[in-house]
Amino acid sequence: MAEYQNIFNQVQIHGPAYEGVPLEAGPWVRQLKPRFVYLLGKFGDAQVGPVYIGWFGWASILCGIIAIEIIGLNMWASVNWDPIEFIRQLPWLALEPPPPQYGLEIPPLNEGGWWLMAGFFLTLSILLWWVRTYRRARMLGMGTHVAWAFAAAIWLYLVLGFIRPILMGSWAEAVPFGIFPHLDWTAAFSIRYGNLFYNPFHALSIVFLYGSTLLFAMHGATVLATAKFGAEREVEQIIDRGTAFERGGLFWRWTMGFNATAESIHRWAWWFAVLCPLAGGIGILLTGTVVDNWYLWAVKHGVAPAYPAVYAPVTDPTLLGGPQ
Amino acid sequence: MSMTIRILLVIVAIAGIGLLFTFERPPVDVVQSGYRGVAMEQVYNPRTVAAQVDRNQLPPVLEPVDQSGPTAAEVYQNVQVLGDLPETQFLRLMTAITEWVSPEQGCAYCHAEGEDFSSDSLYTKIVSRRMLQMTRTINVDWEAHVGQVGVTCYTCHRGQPVPAEIWFANPGQRTASGMAGWHNGQNQPAEAANLSSLPVDPYSAYFLNADNSIRVIGNTALPTGNTTSIQQTEYTYSLMAHMSESLGVNCTFCHNSRAFASWEQSPPQRVTAWHGIQMVRQLNADYLVPLQPTYPDFRLGPLGDAPKANCATCHQGIFKPLYGQGMLETYPELDRKAAPGSASAAPVDASAVVAK
Repeated sequence: MAEYQNIFNQVQIHGPAYEGVPLEAGPWVRQLKPRFVYLLGKFGDAQVGPVYIGWFGWASILCGIIAIEIIGLNMWASVNWDPIEFIRQLPWLALEPPPPQYGLEIPPLNEGGWWLMAGFFLTLSILLWWVRTYRRARMLGMGTHVAWAFAAAIWLYLVLGFIRPILMGSWAEAVPFGIFPHLDWTAAFSIRYGNLFYNPFHALSIVFLYGSTLLFAMHGATVLATAKFGAEREVEQIIDRGTAFERGGLFWRWTMGFNATAESIHRWAWWFAVLCPLAGGIGILLTGTVVDNWYLWAVKHGVAPAYPAVYAPVTDPTLLGGPQ
Repeated sequence: MSMTIRILLVIVAIAGIGLLFTFERPPVDVVQSGYRGVAMEQVYNPRTVAAQVDRNQLPPVLEPVDQSGPTAAEVYQNVQVLGDLPETQFLRLMTAITEWVSPEQGCAYCHAEGEDFSSDSLYTKIVSRRMLQMTRTINVDWEAHVGQVGVTCYTCHRGQPVPAEIWFANPGQRTASGMAGWHNGQNQPAEAANLSSLPVDPYSAYFLNADNSIRVIGNTALPTGNTTSIQQTEYTYSLMAHMSESLGVNCTFCHNSRAFASWEQSPPQRVTAWHGIQMVRQLNADYLVPLQPTYPDFRLGPLGDAPKANCATCHQGIFKPLYGQGMLETYPELDRKAAPGSASAAPVDASAVVAK
């Protein structure tokens, strides 16, 4: 085979399906007889399966289905069971949290009660899936990095929909389940609390978000650029890594004087990715609970600069005796 | 051509067609309106503006008339609002109103055919009398909003008996009866708010009910008792989207780009807009809502409420209605309150309506 095997070529070759490393026998250790899907081979490994689901997996899927059913059926009911309008308006539809007057009480079913239930089952589903990622990693003798990265995302999810609403004393503070509605919620949240861009944890979160994409691009580009020297061939690297890593490292020393190692680049990437929702969650948690107007907070602490006045200053008309 | 490439081409074609109808093509004109580098700017699409300019020309002004001679009240019966005008000027204004409001239907839109001009048998005549009083109130009492430019019937009507931009109470689309499907008056394409999923009826919340505070942002860095919810904020957001759409401007026409609540850093237009909100509240409360019993059913909204005004009723997509071209100089009788004792300023008595 003259052509080199990486994602950019057309050739897919494979031996018999790989059942994986030996594991302790147990119920439902492996399901779904492995097979090969040509189109998947265009994106990753062509082998599908074996899949492990197990009790936690099935419980998670069941809870997830219940949550999605509650959300979807409420959305469908909100257009009076019209199937065409349901599809047409789907991006606008939502399951709304209870109105503010209910605080943390259990609201009537059709005024946020469904939202509370959907949130309960979705949260349960996510937590059960987390247990699954932890237990599968342990069973394979891996570290639990994936589970803890997932936990960082769950932290942000719980802050938005559970922890912060409880601290604020109102389920109404939480996010609706809906495509456009959750974006409108986000914009309204920023407006209500005086511009979230002045929230330093929001800023940090964005640093890690954009930083993640930068690191991902640098790392991916480095590996692909040294692929012709075998940089992505794990097995061969163990025996003789050749010059691929040296070239990649030297490239970065030439261009920025410093390089991550093959191991540390993944720690960089992991921490950047994990700190994005961790910092973001802290920022959300502080909003409304300890800071009410982030712009004024930033002025108070010398973060927000003053700009030269362009207009003659105006006065709030309500201060001149008018109604609000 | 391989299957993969074919599938890709179909996806690209669908996405391309989708994009074609989604975005306004460049170039657009950007007008800076604040300090550099802080995103204080207005964006105009020159193609849209060209179409708007065509739609916002003033109607021809009628020739001035000799104002000597008897007053309208001396010549005609039942002239309740304009009785103190010279009869010649009164007729000129009646002619102009016909051009502004009912050019196709003519005088008979308000004056029933075969009856005396004094007859109040048509609801349209009772409504138009009240509208004349409203126009004068706007021009005299609300200079803080309309300045010296003021309004005439044409500002809203534009040659149509019913202005294009009116609103009715909107409870949102019908949900299934039963225990699911509550949408809280939002989460559907909201025409009031630029087709976002924000609340569909900010008008009832703010243009009818003056007690609802539009202000949601706290005035202090740390919490000091502002309990405004996100859902209230979404109502304000919906109203602001309506104002932005009605005026064809961005948020930064009235607000600075970083602290919406701060008056100190606001462009002066925000004060004008504030007075506009108060004005619309008064017009709805004092003039438009009380006309409800006067209208026939087909003029009422789905919940049986009267047609009402919002920002778009006059503005119609322009930051100043009709680009700020004034008509009051040529029709000065609309820019004053009636002379004392000559006209009834009392609201229309619904029981006076003979036929709907």
